[in-house]
Amino acid sequence: MEVQLGHYLTVGVLLFSIGLYLALAKRNVVGILMGIELMFNAVSLTLIAFSRFVESPQPIAGHVFVVFVITVAAAEAAVALALAMVVYRNRGTIDIDQINLLRW
Amino acid sequence: MTDVGTVVAFWMLAVITVGAALMVVAVRNLVHAVLFLVLSFIGVAGLYITLSADFVAIAQILIYVGAISVLIIFALLLTPRASRDNAETFLQGPALVLAAVFGLTVGAVALVTDWDVAGRGPFSETAAAIGEALLDKYVLPFEIASVLLLAAMVGAIVLVRED
Repeated sequence: MEVQLGHYLTVGVLLFSIGLYLALAKRNVVGILMGIELMFNAVSLTLIAFSRFVESPQPIAGHVFVVFVITVAAAEAAVALALAMVVYRNRGTIDIDQINLLRW
Repeated sequence: MTDVGTVVAFWMLAVITVGAALMVVAVRNLVHAVLFLVLSFIGVAGLYITLSADFVAIAQILIYVGAISVLIIFALLLTPRASRDNAETFLQGPALVLAAVFGLTVGAVALVTDWDVAGRGPFSETAAAIGEALLDKYVLPFEIASVLLLAAMVGAIVLVRED
């Protein structure tokens, strides 16, 4: 029994699907953000696995890309949680069923 | 990767990562969900180590486990106790179907595709190579990332400022 590329890709796909479900189905804004973070992690894991296993002239490029993904994820988390705070301050809730200002 | 320790470590970390992610979906209390999310992040960091990605594993622990999870808990504790349940909207059914279809499709494609697998072994150490690549070939994205971080920091401060 050997650990191959396919094993890591399967874990990545499972993580991404769980994150996608969280982001689409959860009612709390923070729950949606948690789903997005899980999807970032799944994509990073896939990139690192490809970087380790797949033939490439520059194997380290996958790692560099993941460093950028982590940077952008940190920026995204800070701004998104600030937005959640502003929505809570103005509307008194972060339940997305109640945030329906743009509904017809 | 024939070494038994790596195989055992992979399976344990994979079960921890996916199981903790499922618990994020399942638990009713959102604070517990964040704690399971942290466990999932730690599992991913462990998987990075089994892939010999030492620098990225440390960055994952520092930034996801250390910073982002604290940020999420902080935001959660600033909202009222009543809105800390982990309930679903009416879109739960369609979301479940979409996530399942996506997972099966991408999973099947990933497993069927004949990847050009290289015979090289694990990386011996990656930090020096990543540093060189960041300051040589990827110096422009590196600078843009610093501007992005500055803009995000200023934006977050301006958004939550009381005025």
